[in-house]
Amino acid sequence: MDNILLIWIAGIVIATFGLRHVGQYLPHPRAQLFFKRLSYFGSFGYVIFALLCVWMIDLYFFKKVIFFVWAVHGVIALVIAGYAFRVLGRLVGTEASKKLFRQMPVTAALGILVIIIYAVLAIFAEALAPYGQADIFAKVNVLPGGDPALGGDPAHLFGTDQIGRDLLSRLIFGAQNTVGIAFITTCLAFLIGIFFGFLAAAIGGWFDQLISRIVDMMMSIPQLIFALLLMTIAAAWAGSEQWLLTVYMIVIIAVLDSTRVFRLSRAVGMNIVVMDFFEAAKLRGEKLSYLVFFEIMPNAIAPLLAEFGLRFCFVFLTIASLSFLGVGIQPPLADWGTMVRDLAQFINFAAFSPLTAALPLMAAGAIALLTVAVNFVVDWLLQRASGLKE
Amino acid sequence: MSDESLLLKIRNLEIDGITDERRVRIINDVSLDLHRGQVLGLIGESGAGKSTLGLAGMGFTRDGCEIVGGSVMFDGIDLINSSPQVKRGVLGKRIAYVAQSAAASFNPSHRIVSQHTEAPMFHNVSSRASSAEDAVELYRRLRLPEPETIGFRYPHQVSGGQLQRAMTAMAMSCRPDLIIFDEPTTALDVTTQIEVLAAIRDIVEQFNTAAIYITHDLAVVAQMADRIKVLLRGDEVEEADTERMLKAPREEYTKSLWAVRSFERKQKPLAKANATPVVSIKNVTAAYDETPVLRDVSFDIHQGRTVAVVGESGSGKSTTARCITGLLAPLSGSIEFDGAVLPPSYQQRDANQLKNIQMIYQMADTALNPRKRIGEIIGRPVEFFMGLKGDDKRRRVEQLLEQIEMDPAEYIDRLPSELSGGQKQRIGIARALAAEPKFIICDEVTSALDQLVAEGILRLLTKLQDEMNLSYMLITHDLSTVKAIADEVVVMKDGAIVEVGPKNSMFKPPHHAYTDLLLSSVPEMDPKWLDRLLDKRGADNIGDAAVAKMK
Repeated sequence: MDNILLIWIAGIVIATFGLRHVGQYLPHPRAQLFFKRLSYFGSFGYVIFALLCVWMIDLYFFKKVIFFVWAVHGVIALVIAGYAFRVLGRLVGTEASKKLFRQMPVTAALGILVIIIYAVLAIFAEALAPYGQADIFAKVNVLPGGDPALGGDPAHLFGTDQIGRDLLSRLIFGAQNTVGIAFITTCLAFLIGIFFGFLAAAIGGWFDQLISRIVDMMMSIPQLIFALLLMTIAAAWAGSEQWLLTVYMIVIIAVLDSTRVFRLSRAVGMNIVVMDFFEAAKLRGEKLSYLVFFEIMPNAIAPLLAEFGLRFCFVFLTIASLSFLGVGIQPPLADWGTMVRDLAQFINFAAFSPLTAALPLMAAGAIALLTVAVNFVVDWLLQRASGLKE
Repeated sequence: MSDESLLLKIRNLEIDGITDERRVRIINDVSLDLHRGQVLGLIGESGAGKSTLGLAGMGFTRDGCEIVGGSVMFDGIDLINSSPQVKRGVLGKRIAYVAQSAAASFNPSHRIVSQHTEAPMFHNVSSRASSAEDAVELYRRLRLPEPETIGFRYPHQVSGGQLQRAMTAMAMSCRPDLIIFDEPTTALDVTTQIEVLAAIRDIVEQFNTAAIYITHDLAVVAQMADRIKVLLRGDEVEEADTERMLKAPREEYTKSLWAVRSFERKQKPLAKANATPVVSIKNVTAAYDETPVLRDVSFDIHQGRTVAVVGESGSGKSTTARCITGLLAPLSGSIEFDGAVLPPSYQQRDANQLKNIQMIYQMADTALNPRKRIGEIIGRPVEFFMGLKGDDKRRRVEQLLEQIEMDPAEYIDRLPSELSGGQKQRIGIARALAAEPKFIICDEVTSALDQLVAEGILRLLTKLQDEMNLSYMLITHDLSTVKAIADEVVVMKDGAIVEVGPKNSMFKPPHHAYTDLLLSSVPEMDPKWLDRLLDKRGADNIGDAAVAKMK
């Protein structure tokens, strides 16, 4: 075993040196110059990259690891979908929207497409889902794929869980519950955080100290444990009213997350209030509300928007983890976090029956895809915003 | 001169800047020759490509720039196509670079001398110990105070001028053949600048080092350079020996650069003794928390007059302005406006008092909200103070834009980022005018601008003053600005007034020793000026050293 490792290291080192030196004997002058200027670190990077490519080709074509094959197919399908969506956007719509799509990278187009699909699923869940989220069928543990020979059922394309609920329906309703609640929570967190953050920046002094120290105290308690603690209390208050518990959860996560938003908006605000244009507005005798909304806000949009995307993902994951731990969204409401928890043990079958292991991965994939999509769009928006500044 | 003494040879250099997939030519077909021991001055406005050309002299370009054509040969070494290993042997060792802001270029968490010894050790020129010894010697030659121990300080523990000289010493540490000075004195006060200039010139001569000296200040380059090259938007305008260039520039553009310094408005007669001043500062003492910054400051500003407040950074010029605007409440004393005492804080002042005192800022970039269009920026005070709305407001904004000589139709819907530096400053002026004030504070309004643009702004300010009988308080450290438009001058030092008087008498002796020092430190276009000054005052009696003696 030691020998194999040594051979690998020696091979990589030799390839690193070799690539740079052999490359200089290439016939093309530009190529020669490229390799001449290439540092050993750069050369090392190319070697590692080449090894990775070889490894992935091996996994896909020769070992045929089924999850890797699915992942590759998934990525290819998504990229094609992103491209197609962008082409569509360039052909259809108003002049302004066409221009927007022309300047858009594929990642952003993909992100927007995914978000639109999730939004449609969430809004029209009742119409789109084949069954209700709480309906229980006789067939339990049906595998996804719909092929009876492989343990599937055409009536339940995505399979059913241990007590016989249709997974496709629950995934669609999950979009409504998880994403909807996460969105409301993030918006609430931003309203609270931005309000206090900008006030702290604009007023400063004792007000800033007071709010900042309260926020420090809240941030000093680990967030998930704090949330769990508060959710336990809220569960006692809510009693048997399940919807009330959901409202409590929204408020609790929003308040806890608003501390992070507060920190950012205060820092951004601080940078703006020292600018001369802010001083000019102050000396004009402008009211606090004008200063906050017309002087600070327009300059803070870009960083706050980026934070919104990230924060949305965190909130969404917090809700999923709370549900996973059993104190979040309560059954029978479908939720992706709960679905992952309920089906988690099937991941142990990955080696023998990939389809069985795919049961928890569907909900997990739904979470991952949305997180990535939101970040794609945020990146793009940020880039556009910073481009405008220059 | 023979070819052997040729050190740096740049031929037909072309450099592109790449922004958002758009290419812009920054340097267009520029060639230059630099011989051993020679100093070449590069002159031009911002955006002329001076710094880019200077850096290209090291075969280096900033991120986003690319050398697309031409060659840079340093002593027979091709600096563009050489491998990094070859370049590493040249840069830092045989070519050194002195940046504009020493404070931003030193690593704040290492002692000065340990940064000094870094390059000689890296290039195996000398050991740490011998390089540290050499540093002391260089510090002595550069007339730094306490040369034995100053190296053990951290960068924030020495003054800006000393740090700039320490950086020059650092550039000298490997005894390079060529040093590139990129505006080394632009950020310094005049009295500090003179010391750095004398030190740089002295040491470059002693070691027979060649240098490229980049600056936008003609008077400075006249002292430093043997030859001068003028650049305009990446093109070479002309190159000649310093003497000839100053006496008889060939090109129109060069002539216009030279002519800027001649703008001067006649001093207005003094106000009548019994007239009520527009603004009267009476025995103002102020402090930030515990640190006192103003001590018993009093002066008057009369209607239609410009009072220039001059002094070095930290002399309390801007603090005086903050007291007048009400941003800083004075500890004692008062500010009177038209004979009535103003409340100390702006929050207690009424709309009319706020309206009558307006301010124009130094950095137009931070003075205009980058997310608002010009129409909104100027329109807000119109709406706020005058109560105009809709079409009336728009008409007034257009009128204001015409007053500052900008076409309303073209500019009203633009963002500040779509304007040049001078245009932004004009918008700042328009915003102040929108309130229809009686008194405007101009805080270093021209110091961030190129000389030609600055002159335009000064002409505009005088025109507006004549039209509206405005009073200005002009805060500046640039005495040529004072000469151009001031009526009265207030000299400040360490938070107190040193001297007050009308402009004409201010530029004639006799003076307070400090005023004298300040006036004598302003570089003149005569290439012999620095020599004569050093002869007259002595090398130990200029700049900060002379200020220290006054205490």
